[in-house]
Amino acid sequence: MLDIKNLHVKLEEEDKRILKGVDLHVDAGKVHAIMGPNGSGKSTLAYVLSGRDGYEITEGAVALDGEDVLDMEPEERAAAGLFLAFQYPIEIPGVGNMTFLRTALNAQRKARGEAEVSAGEFLKLIREKAKTLQIDPEMLKRPVNVGFSGGEKKRNEILQMAVLEPRMCVLDETDSGLDVDAMKLVADGVNALRDAGRSFLVITHYQRLLNHIQPDVVHIMADGRIVKTGGPELALEVENNGYADILAEVA
Amino acid sequence: MALRKIDHEAVEARLSALDLPQGPSWAAAARRDALERVRAGGLPQRRDEYWRFTRPDSLIQPEPTPAQVLREEGSEIFSGIDRLRIVFRDGVFDPEASDDLAAEGVAIERVAQSGDIHWARDLYGKLEVRGQEPVSRPLAALNTAFATDGLLIRATGKVRRPVALVYLHEQEQSDAILHHVVKVEEGAELTLLETGPAAARFNTVTEVEVADRATFHHVRAQGRDHERRAVTHVFARLGGECVFKCFTLTANGMMTRNEAVIELAGDDAVAHVAGAAVGDGDFHHDDTVFVTHEGRNCESRQVFKKVLRNGATGVFQGKILVRQSAQKTDGYQISQSLLLDGDSQFLAKPELEIYADDVQCSHGSTSGAIDEDAMFYLRSRGVEQSDAQDLLTLAFLAEAIDEIDDRMIAEDLVTQLERWLSRRRR
Ligand SMILES: Nc1ncnc2c1ncn2[C@@H]1O[C@H](COP(=O)(O)OP(=O)(O)O)[C@@H](O)[C@H]1O
Ligand SMILES: [Mg+2]
Repeated sequence: MLDIKNLHVKLEEEDKRILKGVDLHVDAGKVHAIMGPNGSGKSTLAYVLSGRDGYEITEGAVALDGEDVLDMEPEERAAAGLFLAFQYPIEIPGVGNMTFLRTALNAQRKARGEAEVSAGEFLKLIREKAKTLQIDPEMLKRPVNVGFSGGEKKRNEILQMAVLEPRMCVLDETDSGLDVDAMKLVADGVNALRDAGRSFLVITHYQRLLNHIQPDVVHIMADGRIVKTGGPELALEVENNGYADILAEVA
Repeated sequence: MALRKIDHEAVEARLSALDLPQGPSWAAAARRDALERVRAGGLPQRRDEYWRFTRPDSLIQPEPTPAQVLREEGSEIFSGIDRLRIVFRDGVFDPEASDDLAAEGVAIERVAQSGDIHWARDLYGKLEVRGQEPVSRPLAALNTAFATDGLLIRATGKVRRPVALVYLHEQEQSDAILHHVVKVEEGAELTLLETGPAAARFNTVTEVEVADRATFHHVRAQGRDHERRAVTHVFARLGGECVFKCFTLTANGMMTRNEAVIELAGDDAVAHVAGAAVGDGDFHHDDTVFVTHEGRNCESRQVFKKVLRNGATGVFQGKILVRQSAQKTDGYQISQSLLLDGDSQFLAKPELEIYADDVQCSHGSTSGAIDEDAMFYLRSRGVEQSDAQDLLTLAFLAEAIDEIDDRMIAEDLVTQLERWLSRRRR
């Protein structure tokens, strides 16, 4: 599904190298987790995958089912099935949540040569998805993320994911700022989407989200590289001993 | 003080291109008075402080610069609204195209065809004169003197259908001057709609008296002919406990100067003046607003938003004057521009002048580019860059559009804006 090869990234504006040779391969239907200390480059990887400005790729390649991703505009990546749940979802005053999501869904469908979803169909779809995520329909009428609590913003990211049905989902610290109940809801939302044709890259600082979303593979990232890869037990090791031991071991 | 020679020549050149209309008799004194004022005071000049950001040249030159007529596609704005439609072609009333002027709760007559004695005599040119202090507005005085026609609208009850003035522009060299007088009697309610470019050059004055407990809504869409030029003045005097709301949408137009002069004379009244403008290239748009609080416990709001690109210019001059008598005033003013590129500019001069001690007044002005984070967020969800920009542009304007109470009217204006945005891309 997703193939990242020797990815080197620096900031466009300054001479700061952030990713220093990331290699990662995610098979269809699998859940990979990336853990790592703050500042190790996890969000940068997520942004580079989704095509945010401000980064310069100095080396390496990223492919989604064999297609070069780095050449695509952000909207083309989305239409190709890539989705990023933001660590800090953006507020957009003046744009209604419903309008936003319907515009996004239809833009993706159009790009893929599929028929647009009518207002009625969309309403039905979003009501149903919102219900399972326990999102208040009133929230859908409000401007995108404006006045949402931290937990509401994160649930809104998962709602978008559920509506857009991407095949490669990147979740950047979707658990941060959530209490246990909210985390459970988010995890249920993610688990409901697990499918043989869909893969996940779950970025998290803590292990606790991984209790709810069972990963197939766990990677540890430090200073812009994947320094260790293992099974779910690696997450528990981080939980029990922190990052220091692992980092010392690979140093 | 005598005019400088050059100013004297400018005003005489303009006057020589005009004929003082013969009627109606009740307006003759007001017209003569206005003409004297124009002769004595001259026309706006580039060095005038009040015209610092806007060059008056095209508005004062004897003949209008020709303006290409835009053949609008699609249905007429507000056509989905049950309205009393009155049509002017290049400033000339068209009886065939207009509805019957008779309607319940409102008397409508034309300035050019009104009787000898008229209620409008107490207002025609009178509110305009009041609005000449402390800043002079010579193009409004010129209008009072030379307006060829206009409507005299007197609402005595709750008028169900909005009165809709449709200004068609058909001749490339037309120069139209219209003067309307609106009186909304005690407890009455009226909505006035105005749409269309009107002429190559359009000068309009609307004098509005809103009596106690009356409501007046005024919504304008100034038409999309790119080359047209317009100067408009709204002079309003408000009684107690009344509501006055004026909104103007401007999409294109090489030159637009919209002045609103609002006097809150009674207590507990509400006055909102708002506008949304979108322009491209050699577009110059100026909102000049002067709100005077006399009465106690009144609320005034000014909300203006402009989207500018390809070297377009936006101007906002807004003043709130709170006289000593106007305790408990709540005054608010915001002007914002969205600059879609580095070539465009927004010039703002917000002013507060307060003589009462127990008041709440705030003003703000900002100028900014599209929010890149919001842009990326939209694109990361699959929305194309140009669509994302349109969505954010409409979102920026939404706060001004929200000032309109009537949802159907507001939606029509949003449709206009969407058309403008999509046309840009072709
Ligand atoms: N736009 C930016 N400007 C300056 N520094 C940045 C920027 N983006 C990332 N960085 C720096 O790059 C490093 C990695 O950041 P990030 O990818 O956010 O890490 P993580 O998500 O793992 O905490 C940090 O040192 C961070 O300060
Ligand atoms: Mg991060």
